[in-house]
Amino acid sequence: MAGAGGGTSDVQWCFSQVKGAIDDDVAEADIISTVEFNHSGELLATGDKGGRVVIFQQEPESKNQPQCRGEYNVYSTFQSHEPEFDYLKSLEIEEKINKIRWLPQNAAQFLLSTNDKTIKLWKISERDKRPEGYNLKEEDGRYRDLNTVTTLRVPIFRPMDLMVEASPRRVFANAHTYHINSISVNSDCETYLSADDLRINLWNLEITDRSFNIVDIKPANMEELTEVITAAEFHPNQCNTFVYSSSKGTIRLCDMRASALCDKHAKQFEEPEDPNNRSFFSEIISSISDVKFSHSGRYMMTRDYLSVKIWDLNMESRPVETYQVHEYLRSKLCSLYENDCIFDKFECCWNGNDSVVMTGSYNNFFRMFDRVYRQDVTLEASRENSKPRSVLKPRKVSTGGKRKKDEISVDSLDFNKKILHTAWHPLDNIIAVATTNNLYIFQEKLN
Amino acid sequence: MSGDNEETQTAGETSADQREVPDKVVNPEKSEEAKLKSKYPNLGNKPGGSDLLRKRLQKGQKYFDSGDYNMAKAKIKNKQLPTAAPEKTEITGDHIPTLQDLPQRKPSLVASKLAG
Repeated sequence: MAGAGGGTSDVQWCFSQVKGAIDDDVAEADIISTVEFNHSGELLATGDKGGRVVIFQQEPESKNQPQCRGEYNVYSTFQSHEPEFDYLKSLEIEEKINKIRWLPQNAAQFLLSTNDKTIKLWKISERDKRPEGYNLKEEDGRYRDLNTVTTLRVPIFRPMDLMVEASPRRVFANAHTYHINSISVNSDCETYLSADDLRINLWNLEITDRSFNIVDIKPANMEELTEVITAAEFHPNQCNTFVYSSSKGTIRLCDMRASALCDKHAKQFEEPEDPNNRSFFSEIISSISDVKFSHSGRYMMTRDYLSVKIWDLNMESRPVETYQVHEYLRSKLCSLYENDCIFDKFECCWNGNDSVVMTGSYNNFFRMFDRVYRQDVTLEASRENSKPRSVLKPRKVSTGGKRKKDEISVDSLDFNKKILHTAWHPLDNIIAVATTNNLYIFQEKLN
Repeated sequence: MSGDNEETQTAGETSADQREVPDKVVNPEKSEEAKLKSKYPNLGNKPGGSDLLRKRLQKGQKYFDSGDYNMAKAKIKNKQLPTAAPEKTEITGDHIPTLQDLPQRKPSLVASKLAG
């Protein structure tokens, strides 16, 4: 019974690594704001509120320890965005990295990172050789008098210590009036979309001075504003299709072949609501904080405040699966509204073969739902469970009056310890879970 | 293993146990709503509506008028300039921000602790 969940009913998760400082006093800049594996899973990128990106690389598996998949160690780190002040609009622009998305692999690695207003394309390249043997310069770097140069010497490339460089190759600026919440690379590898609260733009990766507006939900009169765009993503293999979710709990699927401006959706996914059950909180908790296509492209997953829903793209009327993340919070909505937690934006992710989905919760808990075996598990990312290869014990929140041993009551949950960002390796059972300022890496226990 | 997984039509279902309990607990959302309204009687009835969304769209807005600032500086030569109260309820027109209130933010020169 214990330990189930994730992949097959037998998968157990164990601690692998934790990155970040131990101290309780968290500087705002260190708050992790996004986590993303690249397409091979070899690289893991994080972005933080201070505008910095840290990339970890998986070490190749060693023959000494075949039970362990490779560890992730720092590969590159750079300052992606800096704070700005728009004097014209009196607007403070945060440097916080909202999203990182990797481009499909080429010789060098490319990623897109974005803050509220500007998207940047970064090239991460390795240099492990350097030319040596120039005879044109003195030791101190000054050019020699050419009259003293009597021989022709061609420099030779010699090995050097590996140097990883990150350089900004494109800056896509000034296209968003509102705050960017999503970026998504198209399967055509040539274009990508960026979405803010009211608009979605389509870019060509090579062209920075123009972008096409493909969705605009801004009303003529702002008093009539009823919903905003919360997330958007391109279909994994149909380059003409994308979806965007809203604060009202709907998802719209658009086909770019139909028209240049995709204001009219091709499909609208919305679960009907019982009007008798409607409360002050209904709309707020139905707001979708994340939408992710399955790898197969057949399904999509949405995360709202209390649940995760799986939708079949062929059925708009209701989700095919609904998983409760922390239903016990429904009777705490009043205080969660007062402390703003009700507006927390949790993300969600699929495992490599779409059989398991994962999302975060409070108290540094995160949840996995196995769609095949119909099991779910709650695990915790904490320093107490951080002995190497120690198996994670499932956690349980007690909702009734009787609290069993090892259970934690709803009122004891720490709502400041939120896991908003999680990522699953595209091929293996390796997961990255971000607490406020630490990154945990867990692996499947291999025997 | 757990009863949390559902394939249901409505998102607002409570667990089987609670359906048997008297009415006031049947819909925890409604009782939470009542709690909130008793604390904040002036709360409007349009929760997800324009106000909330517009506040979200205006994130990051900081008002600074150099004219106001310089006039205030000139009038109050020997006194101290009014300093900003870090309250969310301040009315823009009544409050004169000072240069200290504007973000004097330098980029993070310190490396991320994740890379440490």
